[in-house]
Amino acid sequence: MTTVLPERGPGGDVGGGVGADEAALQAAFDAAISADERIEPRDWMPDGYRATLIRQIAQHAHSEIIGMQPEANWITRAPSLRRKAILMAKVQDEAGHGLYLYSAAETLGVSRDELLDKLHSGRQKYSSIFNYPTLTWADVGAIGWLVDGAAITNQVPLCRCSYGPYARAMVRVCKEESFHQRQGYELLLALSRGTPAQHAMAQDAVDRWWWPSLMMFGPPDAESAHSAQSMAWKIKRHGNDELRQRFVDICVPQAEALGLTLPDPDLRWNEERGSYDFGEIDWSEFQQVLKGNGPCNEQRISQRRRAHEEGAWVREAAAAYARKRAAAPSNEDGRR
Amino acid sequence: MSGTYETPGGTHETPGDPHGGRDRPGHRAALALGDDALVLAQRLGEWAGHAPELEEDVALANIALDLLGQARTLLSLVGDEDKLAYLREEREFRNVQLVEQPNGDFAQTIIRQLYFSVYQELLYGQLAGCRPEDATPVAALAAKAVKETAYHRDHAEQWTLRLGDGTEESHRRAQHAVDALWRYTGELFQPVEGLDVDWDNLRATWTTSVRSVLEQATLRVPEGPQSAVWAAGGGRQGVHTEPFGRLLAEMQHLHRSHPEASW
Ligand SMILES: [Fe+2]
Ligand SMILES: [Fe+2]
Repeated sequence: MTTVLPERGPGGDVGGGVGADEAALQAAFDAAISADERIEPRDWMPDGYRATLIRQIAQHAHSEIIGMQPEANWITRAPSLRRKAILMAKVQDEAGHGLYLYSAAETLGVSRDELLDKLHSGRQKYSSIFNYPTLTWADVGAIGWLVDGAAITNQVPLCRCSYGPYARAMVRVCKEESFHQRQGYELLLALSRGTPAQHAMAQDAVDRWWWPSLMMFGPPDAESAHSAQSMAWKIKRHGNDELRQRFVDICVPQAEALGLTLPDPDLRWNEERGSYDFGEIDWSEFQQVLKGNGPCNEQRISQRRRAHEEGAWVREAAAAYARKRAAAPSNEDGRR
Repeated sequence: MSGTYETPGGTHETPGDPHGGRDRPGHRAALALGDDALVLAQRLGEWAGHAPELEEDVALANIALDLLGQARTLLSLVGDEDKLAYLREEREFRNVQLVEQPNGDFAQTIIRQLYFSVYQELLYGQLAGCRPEDATPVAALAAKAVKETAYHRDHAEQWTLRLGDGTEESHRRAQHAVDALWRYTGELFQPVEGLDVDWDNLRATWTTSVRSVLEQATLRVPEGPQSAVWAAGGGRQGVHTEPFGRLLAEMQHLHRSHPEASW
């Protein structure tokens, strides 16, 4: 944002801490939000705003890196070299998204290590969608089309999020996610138009991924714990239900073009609303997966922990080497 | 190739059969180098989501993608890239045994990268340095790819230094990898038909280069033989190590399960 706000003190606390100062800071912050200005890392912000952003950005970063697993599951088995290259690049992009997002979170005063710790100990979450398994090659296509597609629908509005570093990270991420979505669609199209076995594989994958993708938008607005405050802070710009509807409306004609059906008998065009009606989502399944009872919760988090633990000696070696270099008198790079 | 294998694509009589010319020297060279790149890319692809830090997930994928790109170009010089990658049997692959060795721990992966990328950069450098009128399609690929192999070599060198001269544990692991993979390095200098390369010079330069990195990393340069007794130069002749069959099984399974399909 461009208005001049007093910077935070070195300890993160606001100089003075007197009630009147606090009220003035809050007023300036509120004014910036209502004027649609960006909040930047050194601006004053309410604790709740900071905590909400940390929670959301961390969860988003964790989702990027856990999300590498179901797709990486198919890198070694991709059925053509072209598809192998596309998939490798995609999984690499997701690692890159993780990096941007952890960096965005760092601007709020939390380190990547702290956040990874919270992920590994189950104190922070990642998107439940990645607790579903990739059982066939077509799942790679279904994830690209539906999961990356839902992610874009969710994330495009985040490009206008009130917090500058998050909004800017989202601009980059969304550009790449839309590649992923198109590549997934194109993969499914090749299967759908391929042999009967390939077509069946594509249909099966869409059958399994459709409902979990709709759940990615979160519970209905009425039951969403954080929605209202996030909207007021312009972290969030649209309700869960609105985004979910937008996604359904995009997907239905795409499914038709793919020659695949969506597994919802209640799906039909509603002339009055200018949108598709769709069936009841099974929120008990969502709650179960969230609680840890999805098909892959345990597997995903333990692979993450294992990679981290098995990598500890490597990170320690790099740190030890860097210390030795810094201390070496002959080293022209030595800065101290 | 003896006629006992069912040749990928089957039809020998078809004019322009992608595999009919596999025995031409230029094709042998493209196949050898293409298989090196393909198999190492496949191994590096196994790291996705398992790397010690996020930056390495990105870096290893980068290297794998470069190698896969090289492999696709090289195999396409010989025939259909997918038929070659997915439908050949183990004994038809011409990669050196070094690249098929399992990832092991991060030290093993890095030392494999060091040995291979120093070789590949020198090899591509020589191929790229030929007179323009002698330039083969393989040399053209080498000229294009030599820059990326320099990056791969730099990445491997930096990590070799960190691991060798890092902690006691990383030193021990790195030394173990240096020793364990040494026996696969001799094969790198076996002349490949169709490549205009000074192999003695390649060996000498490789040895100087690797030796200097290892010494700087406080690692001992192995004194043992650079090839196992019976398998010297095995990979280039289609003789591989046990883990290679599993690598191919995993890589080829889906493609082979749908013989009529395109993807
Ligand atoms: Fe992503
Ligand atoms: Fe993505």
